[in-house]
Amino acid sequence: MRLDPPTFQLPIQAAEGAAEIDGLYYFVYWFSVIFFVAIVGAMFYFVWAYRRRKGVKAEPTKDLTKLELFWTITPLIFITYLFHVSFAVYIKNSTVAEGAMEIRVRGKKWAWEFEYPTGSREPGVLYLPVGKPTKLILSSEDVLHSFYVPAFRAKRDAVPGVYSHIALTPTVKGEYQVFCAEYCGTSHSGMLAKVYVVSEEEYAKHLDDIDKPPPGQTPAEWGKTLFEKSGCPTCHSRDGSRLVGPSLKGVAGTMQPIAGGPPAMADENYLRESILRPQAKIVEGYTQQQMPPFVFKEPQLDAMIAYLKTLK
Amino acid sequence: MATVATSPEHHDAHGDPNASFLDVAKGPMSWIVTLDHKRIGIMYLISVTVAFALGGIFALLVRAELFTAGKTLMDADTYNRMFSLHGVVMVFLFIIPSIPAAMGNIILPIQLGAKDVAFPRLNLMSLYIYIFGACFGLYSMVHGGVDTGWTFYTPYSSSDPACGQLTPCGPPGVGSPSAVIPMTLSAFIMGFSSILTGVNFLATIHKMRAPGITWRRLSLFTWSLYATSVIQILATPVLAITLLLLTMERFAGLGIFDARRGGDPGLFPHCVWFSSHPAVYIMIVPGMGVVSELIGTFSRRDIVGYMFIAMSSLGLALLGFLVWGHHLFVAGMSEYATMVFSALTFLVAIPSGVKIFNWVATLYKGSISLQTPMLWALGFIFLFTIGGLTGLFLGMLAVDVHLHDTYFVVAHFHYVMVGGTVMGFFGGLQDWWPKFTGKMYDEKKGVAGWALVFLGFNVTFLTQFVLGSRGMPRRYYDYLPEFQQLHQISTVGSWILGLGFLILFWNFAESLMKGPRAPRNPWGSAALEWQTPSPPPLFNFVKDPVVNRGPYEYHLATDAELDEGMADLDAELAKANGADPVKKTEPAKSEPAEKAEPAKSKGDEGDDEEKS
Repeated sequence: MRLDPPTFQLPIQAAEGAAEIDGLYYFVYWFSVIFFVAIVGAMFYFVWAYRRRKGVKAEPTKDLTKLELFWTITPLIFITYLFHVSFAVYIKNSTVAEGAMEIRVRGKKWAWEFEYPTGSREPGVLYLPVGKPTKLILSSEDVLHSFYVPAFRAKRDAVPGVYSHIALTPTVKGEYQVFCAEYCGTSHSGMLAKVYVVSEEEYAKHLDDIDKPPPGQTPAEWGKTLFEKSGCPTCHSRDGSRLVGPSLKGVAGTMQPIAGGPPAMADENYLRESILRPQAKIVEGYTQQQMPPFVFKEPQLDAMIAYLKTLK
Repeated sequence: MATVATSPEHHDAHGDPNASFLDVAKGPMSWIVTLDHKRIGIMYLISVTVAFALGGIFALLVRAELFTAGKTLMDADTYNRMFSLHGVVMVFLFIIPSIPAAMGNIILPIQLGAKDVAFPRLNLMSLYIYIFGACFGLYSMVHGGVDTGWTFYTPYSSSDPACGQLTPCGPPGVGSPSAVIPMTLSAFIMGFSSILTGVNFLATIHKMRAPGITWRRLSLFTWSLYATSVIQILATPVLAITLLLLTMERFAGLGIFDARRGGDPGLFPHCVWFSSHPAVYIMIVPGMGVVSELIGTFSRRDIVGYMFIAMSSLGLALLGFLVWGHHLFVAGMSEYATMVFSALTFLVAIPSGVKIFNWVATLYKGSISLQTPMLWALGFIFLFTIGGLTGLFLGMLAVDVHLHDTYFVVAHFHYVMVGGTVMGFFGGLQDWWPKFTGKMYDEKKGVAGWALVFLGFNVTFLTQFVLGSRGMPRRYYDYLPEFQQLHQISTVGSWILGLGFLILFWNFAESLMKGPRAPRNPWGSAALEWQTPSPPPLFNFVKDPVVNRGPYEYHLATDAELDEGMADLDAELAKANGADPVKKTEPAKSEPAEKAEPAKSKGDEGDDEEKS
């Protein structure tokens, strides 16, 4: 399922509270349409009806204090109502349900990483069981990011050094888009992820499979999937073009010039170190040491290295 | 230079005291060291217009890049610089000084019946501080620009990846490699210009009003500048402190906003918006002031709810300091803090609504002429109403969570800033152009430019509301394919918008070169600035004016005050076009006393003051 909106203005509703938010949205929308037509209609009518005519002068303005007070106080009542209903929905949506499942969400330039209650980490893809109250605990490893899922009507900034959270209960199975909504540098628009809302059984099966290679895939094929889900292509090209980081085309098995040190052979140990501790050796010409450290389990690391060796 | 008329002493010494301020002295030095508020205002006007063109080019490039998903023209780093520079240039170099410093300088003292602002030398210094600050901005642009967005959020802006190599700020950072420091210094320096202009205007409004100009007879443009000046004085220092801390952190590793050193990155947005949200009202309130003038002049009717409009400007200035938190609803504030900010934010709707209602009510039973400046005013009401109403969506906490940092917000603030302030700026420019240049412009081109700007603006930004509500985040170089169609419509709109502005500038250039001479009062306005020659003499009035009515009291204005200009204009236009004179709207009268009689009948100003 894609982000195709079920209404012209708003995307699909896939979490609890989304329908109420949309109700508020459309309430204000129709209020605005009516108000706008009234104001602009009156404006156009007056401009036409009182267009300048020879010998006709404008009528002097009378004292209209009562009218002034009317249009000062009436909107006050209306906005008080708007504030009240929107705050009620907001506080309900931000309240974490008792016993909610906690999932860690880490933002880093330029990928999302998720950690399930089992401790398994997964980049770029989040599986959630349908109907289960969930608390996403957000943080950032570098600069400000913002976790945004339009279908859930949910958004919260990920701030370095601080935890923030989103309370969430997905209601409709499907695949939903995650965006980063707080500008975070070069590949801000590439900092995407997917949420899959699935049944309890599928969720449990996914957690079992998460650290194992998918059946029928070679390690290199699995490595390619991990490479892409981890957001690596936002900085490292595979065709030789220069992005924020060096291209990985033809790197494995060659000598790499290292800034402030002797050249290093890009063997398995070098690749492993560059994934786990990116600051250890920086390729010459790339002084902006931007890459965050990544955490993988051993089979995943093996798969990544196997894939990197195929990039000729 | 013997001919430089920079001060009263110089001026009194020679020349015709009634010669226009443009004629009393010539040559570059007469501009560079001038103390005349009108010349300083014109230099501001040229500067902000250049900035507007530059920011507009950045905007067109941003829109062009977004014509297709993925790379269209430039890479991601260049795109990020383009939208950041668009924001920085438009906010700091154009929109903040646009109406207050440029138009306020030209018109405010004339509306007050004053010879100049209270501190002419300070005024000139403000201009040079602005230009000095702008130079830092240009330096930053040629040295890589900035890619942080105009809000400079930390730690992206403050954490320099080149640390330890060029600057002593410690371990390398995770942030932007671009030229942030000169740009923040630029905004820091220009802030002083803004503060000093605010001080100058406040003193001018308090102390320099002509006899008879009571507080109830101030023009609404003056009231709006009064409110703006208060914000400029109170809010700009906070921005200065914030930017200085950011600069210190980036240069010397201060650690205020850096979580790795025990700082709090969340503090920075609070500091920025505590000063920049009031700055939003520095941007919009003067536009509202201009529109009040235009509505009065072109419907020839006393503004309905004069005091309500005046006080709503001050109300906005006050509320502006209390609502900064609404920029941070999803940034990690507590739910109860967001509650307070949401409630206060809704209050902004009241003074904004009061203005709209009163403007529309003024049209009722007016005598409305749809000349170019009035079209801008009506465009303002149309677009600002949309901008204001979409603010309701964003004030509602639950809905804001979805819309925050999407194109909906982009569209909303462009409807307020462009639909509001830019419409006000060009409306004011077309209104007062004959006054300070002494030249008329072509009405047809003016209308065509307005129509294209109005159409192009709506095509560009109406689509962005839908983009945003569907979930398209802002500041995105690349986007999902389903957003492409709306992005393309928006980009086409930006071309129409650009074309409209080109026609406007062409019209102004043509007017300067061969426009017919402007009469004293081409629009038949009762306001004080139209009672003096176009362009005004160095000290604004041939005789010191004495005022016995408000600027919109058309029923108290004599026919001479309203009509004398029209006859002139008709004759000039006829001469220029070689055609029949256009129809006069009211019977022209030739007033033998018009040359010597600058403003109003005088005598009973004491009584009137008592009354008000």
